[in-house]
Amino acid sequence: MSDSAHSAETLLSVEDLKVHFETDEGIVKAVDGVSFEVKRGEMLGIVGESGSGKSVANLTILGLTRASNATISGRIMFEGRDLTELGGEELQRIRGNEIAMIFQDPLSSLHPFFKVGDQLIEAIQVHRDVSKEEARKHATDLLGLVGIPDAKRRIGEYPHEFSGGMRQRVMIAMALANDPKLLIADEPTTALDVTTQAQILRLIERLREELGMAMIIVTHDLGVVAEVSDRVMVMYAGEAVESGTLDQIFYDPQHPYAWGLLGSLTRIDRPRTARLAQIAGQPPSLIRPPKGCHFRDRCPHAFEKCTEHPDLEARGGEAGHTDRCWIDPERKRELRVVSTGEIGLEAPEEVTS
Amino acid sequence: MARFIVRRLIASIFLLIVVSAVVFLLFYVFPSADPAQLRAGRQANADQIQAIRESLGLDKSVIAQFWIYIKGVFTPLDLPGTDSHGPLYFGHSYQSNADVKDVIFSDLPATVMLVVGAVIVWMGVAIPTGIISAVRRRSFLDRATMITTLIFISAPVFWLGLVFLYLFADDVGLIPIFPGIGSYGAADTFAGKVGAMILPWLVLGLATAAIYARYLRSQMLDVMEEDYIRTAYAKGLPDKRVIMKHTLRSAITPIVTLLGLDVAVLLAGNAILTETVFNIPGVGAETFNAIKRSDLPMIQGITLFGAFFIVTLNLVVDIAYAYLDPRVRYD
Repeated sequence: MSDSAHSAETLLSVEDLKVHFETDEGIVKAVDGVSFEVKRGEMLGIVGESGSGKSVANLTILGLTRASNATISGRIMFEGRDLTELGGEELQRIRGNEIAMIFQDPLSSLHPFFKVGDQLIEAIQVHRDVSKEEARKHATDLLGLVGIPDAKRRIGEYPHEFSGGMRQRVMIAMALANDPKLLIADEPTTALDVTTQAQILRLIERLREELGMAMIIVTHDLGVVAEVSDRVMVMYAGEAVESGTLDQIFYDPQHPYAWGLLGSLTRIDRPRTARLAQIAGQPPSLIRPPKGCHFRDRCPHAFEKCTEHPDLEARGGEAGHTDRCWIDPERKRELRVVSTGEIGLEAPEEVTS
Repeated sequence: MARFIVRRLIASIFLLIVVSAVVFLLFYVFPSADPAQLRAGRQANADQIQAIRESLGLDKSVIAQFWIYIKGVFTPLDLPGTDSHGPLYFGHSYQSNADVKDVIFSDLPATVMLVVGAVIVWMGVAIPTGIISAVRRRSFLDRATMITTLIFISAPVFWLGLVFLYLFADDVGLIPIFPGIGSYGAADTFAGKVGAMILPWLVLGLATAAIYARYLRSQMLDVMEEDYIRTAYAKGLPDKRVIMKHTLRSAITPIVTLLGLDVAVLLAGNAILTETVFNIPGVGAETFNAIKRSDLPMIQGITLFGAFFIVTLNLVVDIAYAYLDPRVRYD
């Protein structure tokens, strides 16, 4: 956590963002009233399982939620402009220029028919009035910056000639092409093998320190967030259920869903339990989520109050630490400890062997 | 790449020999009129027919006849009983006694002209139609073009040809603006021949354009779902560039395969219906006459030519693919 992050001004502010998709079965509330802020130079981690709305929320920031059945409401303020109100051309000037994005699967995110260099040059020239030669030189520098050896030669190769990790480096280089103020990384390491994941995370950390841009990293893996984030937002069923600094979320988690995520984390600094912990049950339907707390069907600690929908607010933790759980903060400290010093979410119907 | 091409060329020659063997076999296995009898006419006696049979070499065994034929087509060796020799000697027509090669070469220009013009019409119509209906999916325009293409796909070419003649031919048409039946043969200038081709081009072109437009539309829709198209938008590229460069580049590749095969098949005589309706003296019309008259050397020659076009264009398509899709490499 960098100290400057707290005093710095807000770069992006998402206010009550809703993204609903109209389908034959009903309205899918993929994102249902999410608010968050990203300050200059800050790294925000957004964590949640598949279908929690974290990717949709971030695609919407860039105006990439293109489905004709989507309804978007709320405000996305970026440097004084509301991105939800901008026209196509204004958004194009921001995409890949002020806000850039990298995606989950580097194997399918690069165009298979164009050379890596040409794809980079295109990303540069669409926003900058430079000659092809200057763009090519900049592209070569970018490949060097993200740690691709022999960049001069590899710039003339096609994506299929790169390994998965190298392709993700190319994607990162492309995202950095125009010195974005905000970089959104949507599951940037999920499709990679474990050693490559670590390399890419180190690269992301290094680049953020060198370039000082703000970042949103979207992942289902708390381990990834622990490595790189300043602040963390936990999403569940289209809502933020807890938000705080990295330390707050890891050492004083308030929401049982966050306990579950922490408990399912494999950690080598803890004794190995017989089986990998998991959160019982399935994520709820986004068309008809449970009334009240969306997590209560899967929560072993649910009580009567949970049929009321809790707001995201400070509930006795430190300042800036908010959550959506009705349980008394004192009681939470007892409930979340599953064994000595270990936070988790017990699954009452399952016998721990 | 060079090794790949050489290997394919050698394989092609073997394939052509097999094709001629199959045509030979079909001709002898299935009943057809005796060519010697047909040539001799109704008044001929048995001796005359026998003399003709010997002069055509039909008295020899099937194997011997096949060997002579293969020698003529593929080798420069002398052929017994004639002063002709190969390679590319396909024999003489049983009916007109004309050299088969000369007949095919004199028919080819009309067919090539028909096919090339039709390809321009169908690609010219199909590419914009396919793109627009993919981009404006479910719009009125999309639905209207898809219904129109369905009509053209369902309409047989010979029927469509007659409708177009009824509407536009300058002799019988309701709006007499284009030259009609037989005008190609009658025209003696290039401009005249182009004019005569307008209706055939439209008929053959529009019928095929319908299929291509639908195919391109579905290809475009598939590609638009790809991650790399989302990347292109995320880079901040304008919609037009994403569609015309990134999407079309991927969507058009399978169309090239289709185009190569369709052109080959049309050159091989599949334009027979269009040529017949408009009375164009092309390869298709020649095929029709040769079959009617049991003219084995003509049928054999045209079939081999067709097989040659198909094999060659297949090779061209494969080579083109290596340039279109960098992931494809031959070695």
